Amino acid sequence: MKAHRKQPLYLAFLLHRVSGLGLVLFLPFHFYVLALSLQGNEKLDSFLHWSQLPQVKFAETGLVFLLAIHLLGGLRLLALENLPWSNAQKNYAAIALASAFFVALGFLLRAF
Amino acid sequence: MLEMRLYLAQRISAAILAPLVLMHLGLMIYAIQGGLDAGEILGRTRGSFFWGSSYSLFVVAVAVHATIGLRNILREWLQWRGPLLHWFSWLCLAGLLFAGLRAVAAVVLP
Repeated sequence: MKAHRKQPLYLAFLLHRVSGLGLVLFLPFHFYVLALSLQGNEKLDSFLHWSQLPQVKFAETGLVFLLAIHLLGGLRLLALENLPWSNAQKNYAAIALASAFFVALGFLLRAF
Repeated sequence: MLEMRLYLAQRISAAILAPLVLMHLGLMIYAIQGGLDAGEILGRTRGSFFWGSSYSLFVVAVAVHATIGLRNILREWLQWRGPLLHWFSWLCLAGLLFAGLRAVAAVVLP
């Protein structure tokens, strides 16, 4: 394995990229579901009813986590590139990860 | 030159998306309690200029951001180049814009 790939910041880069990829793949499905309301409220409601299944709620929590980690990782990048901060990059990455877990946990606790 | 423009578009769309995603996360966590239902969602969004304009901006920014991000992955990890990368990226942008704005119309238009 290349040396830079053992660095924690490479993991932050990878997490940002993989979470972004997951969100891109989910987006068309999300848009499709919202567009179901064009066929009437009942159509959208029948999907939302299915989304009450526990396994779907866990999957949704995973998506919330992906969104939160991508947002926080992105804010870390924007801050590093645009603000005169140069040190403690690893701390920002860790804070982003921890915050994303809290957001996803908050979603999970309210969903059940 | 193209890569520099895409880099800037990626950063500008990210700056637009950040507050919108925060709002989206907050709304999701608030709305999920007690289960979701179409009446509740559409009651909030139908006929609303605020939600219509916010979600339209959200869709445009996310389509640009997601397309450039996907292009980067295809270019760097799968070594896609030339017309394939070019046309796939345009197709992705057009598809996301169409599907996204259609979804906004579905939940906002009365």
